[in-house]
Amino acid sequence: MDQKHYERRVAARAARSPVFKNCIAAFFFGGGICALGQGLSFLYRALGVPHRTAAALVTASLIFLAALLTGLGVFDKLARIAGAGTLVPVTGFANSVVSPALDTKNEGLVLGVGAKIFTVAGPVLLFGTLAGCIYGVIYAVFYGFFL
Amino acid sequence: MNRVLRLQVPIRIAAAASAVGYEEFRGPLGEKFDFHDDSDRFGESTFERAEGEIGHIALNLALKKAGLSHTEIDLLFAGDLQNQCVASSGGLLSFGIPYIGLYGACSTLGEGLFSAALALSGATALSRVAVVTTSHNSAAERQFRLPLEYGGQRTPTAQWTATAGGAFLLDREKQGVLITHVMAGRILDYGIRDPANMGAAMAPAAADSILTYLEKTRTAPEDYDAIVTGDLGREGSALLSELLLKHSVRLNNHSDCGSMLYYEKKQDSHAGGSGCGCSAAVLAAHFLPLLQGGALRRMLLIPTGALMSPSSIAQGGSIAGIAPVVCLEVL
Repeated sequence: MDQKHYERRVAARAARSPVFKNCIAAFFFGGGICALGQGLSFLYRALGVPHRTAAALVTASLIFLAALLTGLGVFDKLARIAGAGTLVPVTGFANSVVSPALDTKNEGLVLGVGAKIFTVAGPVLLFGTLAGCIYGVIYAVFYGFFL
Repeated sequence: MNRVLRLQVPIRIAAAASAVGYEEFRGPLGEKFDFHDDSDRFGESTFERAEGEIGHIALNLALKKAGLSHTEIDLLFAGDLQNQCVASSGGLLSFGIPYIGLYGACSTLGEGLFSAALALSGATALSRVAVVTTSHNSAAERQFRLPLEYGGQRTPTAQWTATAGGAFLLDREKQGVLITHVMAGRILDYGIRDPANMGAAMAPAAADSILTYLEKTRTAPEDYDAIVTGDLGREGSALLSELLLKHSVRLNNHSDCGSMLYYEKKQDSHAGGSGCGCSAAVLAAHFLPLLQGGALRRMLLIPTGALMSPSSIAQGGSIAGIAPVVCLEVL
C-alpha cells in the first residue's frame, strides 16, 4: 500500500469521536453550569447585592469552583464526560489556567508557574485582547465620524 | 542488505522484572507484575523522577531474582520517553554500572535487547548485560500533550502511555529463554500527522519488519508460537493485519502488548497502552513466564516506536515509525 492509499485508509477506518453522545452530555453539563450560575445570581441578589455586582460575583464563583475542582483532581474526570459542557463556560477557561499552574509548580514560581501558566489559555488572552482593541478602534472611528 | 542477524552465540535472558502504576495493576495482567505503586509516584516527589524510580525498582528486582549484585553487571542499556532520557540516567545512576542511553520512542526495548545481545555475543569481556526501559503516563502527558488536570476528551484512536518499566539481565548461558536472531527496523514515514493515532503511524513499520524478517529467515508466521508487537494498540493492530493481508500474510498468533495492558471499556483506555515501559513490563511479566513454562517455544517480539517530538508535531511534521525484531526461543 503506498502512502496516499494508506493515509486515506487510516482516515477512513479511524473511529470518530461519538459526536451525538458528546453533544447531549455537553448540553446537559453546560446547561447545568449555566443553571447553577443563574441560581447563584438569584441568591446573591436576594442577599441584596446589586445586579451588576451579582453578575461579576457569579463569574468569580464559577471560576473558583472550577479551580477548586481542578486542584482536587476532579475537573478532568468530569470533563472527560462533559466535553464542551465544561470547556465552553468560564469553567473551561479557569481549568486551562489552573492546570498548567499545578503542572509547573515544581519548576519554580517564576520560570515554572509564572512562565507557563498561560500555555493553554494564552491564545484566548492574546487574540481576545487584540479583538477588543480592534473593536475599540472601530467603535471610536464610527462614533467619532457619525455622532 | 543483511537485515536479520543470527547470533553466533545465542544470548540468554537470565532474569526479568517489571514495575507498574495504578492503572496497569488494575488491568488484565495486574497480578503478574512484580511491583506496583497505587500512587504512581513510587516514593518520589515528581512524576519525572518517579519514572526513573520505576527503572531502579525493576532492575533491583531482576538482580534479586537472579541472585546477583549490581557489581556483577558489566553494561547497562536503558531508555525512556523523557527528553535526553533523563529518567534512565537519573534512576539508574546509583547502580554505578557502565551505561549507554537509548532512544527509540516506544521501540526502545527492541533497541536495548538488540544492542545488549550483539554486545554480549561480540565482546567476550562482557559477561552480563542489563536492559531497562520505562515510561510514565504523567511524565509523558506533560511532555507531549497537555497539563495533567486539563479537562479534555481523547479521541477513540488515542493511546494511553503506560506507567511501567521492565528490567532484563542477559548472559551467555545456553539453556533457558534465548535471543537467537535480532533485526533493526527501518524508519518508515507514511505521512501520519495525528499524534492521537500512533498505531497508524507505527503499523507500516511493524508490517515491513515482519515481512522482511519472515522473508529473510524463510519462515512463516506459523513457525512461531506468538508474534508480539509492542504498542500498536487496537487501531494499529487492525491496520497491521490489513497491511500484511495485502502481502497474503495472515497472523493467527498475533498479540499486542499495548492492547493487553488495560481493559478497553472499564478503564476507558481507548486504543490501548503505549510507551517503552509497556512492552517491557508485558514481556517480563507475561511472555517470559510463558516461554519459561513451556507454553511458548518460539516467539517474535516487535517493539514499535513512533518517532516524533512535541516540536515536530507542532510544526506539522509527520510521524515516522520503527519496529526492531527480536526472536526469542526456548532451548
